[in-house]
Amino acid sequence: MIGPDSELAPDQPSLLARAPWWLLALALVSVLLGWRIATNELWRDIAARLASGLGITLLVTAVAFPLALALGLASALALVSPHPLRRQVATLYVQVVRGLPVLVQIFLVAFVLVPLGVEAVRALGSLLAPLLGVEKTLAGLRATDVPMVARVVAALAFAYGAFEAETLRGGLTSLARGQAEAARALGLSRSQSLRHVLLPQTFRRVLPTLGNDLICLLKDSALVSVLGVRDITQEARLYQSATFRYAESLVLLAFFYLALTLLVALAVRVLENRLRRHAA
Amino acid sequence: MPLESAPVLEARALVKRYGALAALDSVSLAIHPGRVAVILGPSGSGKSTLLRCLNFLVRPESGEVLLDGVLSDLDQARALDAHRARVGMVFQQFNLFPHLRVWENVALAPRVVRRLAPAAARALAERHLNRVGLAAKVEAFPGELSGGQQQRAAIARALAMEPAVLLCDEPTSALDPELTGEVLAVLRQLAAEHVTMVVVTHDVAFARAAAHEVVFMDAGRIVEQGPPERVIDAPVTERARRFFSREAAD
Repeated sequence: MIGPDSELAPDQPSLLARAPWWLLALALVSVLLGWRIATNELWRDIAARLASGLGITLLVTAVAFPLALALGLASALALVSPHPLRRQVATLYVQVVRGLPVLVQIFLVAFVLVPLGVEAVRALGSLLAPLLGVEKTLAGLRATDVPMVARVVAALAFAYGAFEAETLRGGLTSLARGQAEAARALGLSRSQSLRHVLLPQTFRRVLPTLGNDLICLLKDSALVSVLGVRDITQEARLYQSATFRYAESLVLLAFFYLALTLLVALAVRVLENRLRRHAA
Repeated sequence: MPLESAPVLEARALVKRYGALAALDSVSLAIHPGRVAVILGPSGSGKSTLLRCLNFLVRPESGEVLLDGVLSDLDQARALDAHRARVGMVFQQFNLFPHLRVWENVALAPRVVRRLAPAAARALAERHLNRVGLAAKVEAFPGELSGGQQQRAAIARALAMEPAVLLCDEPTSALDPELTGEVLAVLRQLAAEHVTMVVVTHDVAFARAAAHEVVFMDAGRIVEQGPPERVIDAPVTERARRFFSREAAD
């Protein structure tokens, strides 16, 4: 295992040098902030206000990331597929989506693609309604029926799917050629080889990158505020426009994000350590 | 020797080119049940390509492969998988699955391809690991084994599919010299148990000891073929004579 704390390190640094000072520094800041919140009514109000947006931030991240992973996995498999058409479609998706700013994608999905999609569904609905004997089920659908939070989740999943596609494709192609050969030589089909031999190893290999992407997605969930969705960033902005108290609310907002991303980072590290002993 | 018995595996006029190089130049070979064929020859003579064409890891440009007298259809994915499930393969680099325990490596294909129940697949895996002397290592991960142990586990993995024939592609070439003995001992034991094998190797001593038939290849063709004492000790062609005299000098 090659790692920062592997046997390759020349000699064991002292306990003082190995202590997680960065974490201690952060802990100290949190204690100070916690004390401030506990003793100061203004800070307590801001913290409570931000906390009311926490559910949306977590919801957007928790729904968009699995969707992005699923989209990325499908695209990665298409990218390494022997079918040229699948490769072309997946490459088009990755190149287009990866080349647009996430903010622009959110606007595009929310104000162009969703209305177009609703229009299409409505047209289909009015076509099918007489056939099915139901009326007005789909014909009454309006773009406003699609909540902004759903549009944002779709946009983020779409945007991050392209990154996950490249990450997973890279992991898949980095596996030794002999792994696929050994699986196929045993009589496993292409999909059985992927499922039992190649993908489990790929996920172990790209886990740090996936954790990194999850942290980026968590941070990019702040972009939902541009559509007025009330996540923690939007709550902070609303508070600021009402009170003009920027410093307190921004410090607390930053602290909320840091707490969340550190939790994710630690969880990924625990998972990595658990899987590490099996990796070759 | 019952040479009259029908071959389990038969290659007919296999051709494989890499650019201008003819890796296989119309090679035909019949493997009879219970017998060991050892393929010898200089590097680049097409030995490994021939082995890989026999289970279609490499797709031959022309020619055909028959398993139990039945032509295997290259263009049908299912027929290809079924062919490979009955033709075992042992690789130079072992290619064990590093994320699975040793017994899981062996039980995977019986469970997934032959659809054995998990308990039956595990019992089968333990039986074959015991056969190659690895009963104590079933719970280990491949990374915890020596090279020789890894190759023996890979042999058990191939045997657990109860293949009609076992192909071994330079099974000791990646091993330290002191570890080749344990792998060769397992292969000799399998030969004694009448496991049908095709072994590509540089080890002339192993060929002499274990082969029923030696196939000498050069430049994509089979140059000589016959019992080891004839091909190794009294080769007819100039090419084989030069190869084996150099081997003897080493």
